[in-house]
Amino acid sequence: MQSKKQNAQANQSKSGAKAAALPKRRIDRYALKKWFFGSKDTQGAGKIIAIYGLLICIGFVYIYPLLYMISKSFMQRADLLDSSVNWIPSVLYVKNYIDAFTSMNFVKTLWQSVVIAGVPTLVNVVMCGVIGYGFARYDFPLKTVMMGILIFSFILPPQITMMPNYLLYNDMKILNSLAAFVVPSFFGQGIKAQLYILIFYQFFRQIPQALIEAAKIDGCGHFKTFFKIAVPSAAPAILVVFLFSIVWYWNESYLTQLYVCGILGGSEWNTLMVALKGFNDSYSTAGASVTGDAMGSLNEGIKMAATMLSILPVLVMYFVLQKQFVESVDRTGITGE
Amino acid sequence: MSKNEKKEKAPQAPAVKRRRLSLKQRENMMGYLFVLPWIIGAAIFVIRPLIQSFNFALSNVRITPKGREVSFIGILNFTQILQEDATFPTELVAYLMKTVLATPVIVVFALIIALLLNSKIKGKGFFRLIFFLPVIIASGPVMEQLVSQGAGSIPSMNTSAISSLIGFLPDFLEDAIMGLFENIVMYLWYSGIQILIFLAAVQKIDTSLYEAAKIDGGSTWECFWKITLPTIKNMTLLNVVYTIIFLSNNEQNTIIETIKDAMFGTTGSKGYGYASAMAWLYAVIVTVLVLVFAAALMLKKDVYAKQAKKARQEMKHQEQLAKKLKRKGIRYAKQEAKRAGKPIKERR
Repeated sequence: MQSKKQNAQANQSKSGAKAAALPKRRIDRYALKKWFFGSKDTQGAGKIIAIYGLLICIGFVYIYPLLYMISKSFMQRADLLDSSVNWIPSVLYVKNYIDAFTSMNFVKTLWQSVVIAGVPTLVNVVMCGVIGYGFARYDFPLKTVMMGILIFSFILPPQITMMPNYLLYNDMKILNSLAAFVVPSFFGQGIKAQLYILIFYQFFRQIPQALIEAAKIDGCGHFKTFFKIAVPSAAPAILVVFLFSIVWYWNESYLTQLYVCGILGGSEWNTLMVALKGFNDSYSTAGASVTGDAMGSLNEGIKMAATMLSILPVLVMYFVLQKQFVESVDRTGITGE
Repeated sequence: MSKNEKKEKAPQAPAVKRRRLSLKQRENMMGYLFVLPWIIGAAIFVIRPLIQSFNFALSNVRITPKGREVSFIGILNFTQILQEDATFPTELVAYLMKTVLATPVIVVFALIIALLLNSKIKGKGFFRLIFFLPVIIASGPVMEQLVSQGAGSIPSMNTSAISSLIGFLPDFLEDAIMGLFENIVMYLWYSGIQILIFLAAVQKIDTSLYEAAKIDGGSTWECFWKITLPTIKNMTLLNVVYTIIFLSNNEQNTIIETIKDAMFGTTGSKGYGYASAMAWLYAVIVTVLVLVFAAALMLKKDVYAKQAKKARQEMKHQEQLAKKLKRKGIRYAKQEAKRAGKPIKERR
């Protein structure tokens, strides 16, 4: 494209010598070229088509699994087996959802999921805010060392600390309860809490020093400065941390299963993600206890319906809050430095 | 900071200075107070488990009715894993291949999408909505269900064509690449956060840079390589590190399940010591991987920075020469003036 453009320019300058005798047909060709490839100031049609084409293609690939999931979840057994039915089910078959709903014990599991994701998230927002403010506002000795440990603990795979922590929670008698998530997050060590601390750190550093000094002169103490100046301005950071935290706690099933839901049983807690993880097994046992035709045997449609059900709450939340979410990410300077 | 303190301590003119110092100390105390929860947390939930699991890795741990019995056995656990374990070493190699291949794909892809989203288009909000969607829903169990249903690959993509195209490569490499293509949607889904980071970085680049480049005749292509890419280099590093960590802790990764099984599983349990050794081995490999990628990105000599430095030095040199010439010129003029001093003065 570049060489063509240069050619065009070269031709133009060549023909510029005999501009007077320039045939009209050739001008049209240049205009076409300009229209298609664009000039330095305007975007050419070709470029626009390429951008939209790429975006739409990639976008389709992105939502393809989601569409697949939705389509399959409404199919009855006959549709699934019938190769002529590709995307649109012959009838809108809702029984998949009902089966998945009862099998996952949806209402109770949903409530527990919300609690397990929500409570540590609230603690995370508060504590990471405080810690991030401490790192951003004050310059104390050993700060660089601490920041180093912070980043190191983010890179460290949780498998290393998993077992000693498991034993610790066991000794503290908080294993298989919500406290196993809340206690670490209170100390700024929840799931990906390091990232939230860094987000707050980055955000609080953007507060102009003059503002804090002015508050100090007016007699604000350290805590008052924090509550009256830092916190009210931190709304975007709080929103971002809240959203990320709740989504990641929601999606976590590995550690949730280990600490809260109990890997060997013996816990009352269950989340949708953990339920989905063991869906194949639990469905057949649940199906065995129900007699007769009450539940169809396990098939793709039911699995997809269960998957749909378990992501639906966060999906709804995302669609409701997406505008604020994207804007806050821009404003937080999540990426600064 | 400690340097500053020393500076302040050194003069110690009694009354006034001491008050300043205590103010600084009070500030420090407040700083520690704010960070205190994290310090405690890091000590309890990071440093202590790290030491304990290292201790476990080097010993044989048995659960007895009295409690845990830890007896030191040196590196026996590690040698046992590397020599006798049937699955773990192969899984490690597979993980390495997958991560080394997938990380560049994910990062480059995220960059492309971020650039596309950053161009002047309509419906930006809609496209953003789609591309950030995986951040919300791409979790372990969901991915597992989707991949097992075959929704992880693009249906009409002809995989056999690709496999014949790369047939000349050794088998293990071919398998890894085919795995990448078969689960391409999955890997695309992993690039949500990276897109977010790149997009924010690209938006922050000063537009006057591009204007200046365009005036100098730079094409969009050149602008990308010489302005965009060098400016977001740090973000690229961040994304690479994030991608590696994400891939390592992802539930699609079989290793972490193996480790978990070795620790707590009812059937595959091999004792805490053995499992800790596995975890340490894994952690070391992940860390090395991160370091290698970081080094590859950061140690690459920045041609433009070098050129700029050279140009600056050249300019300095020229300036010095010019000054010299000027000085010489002045001296010469003075001499000339001296030689022909009288006539000039007379003229005045």
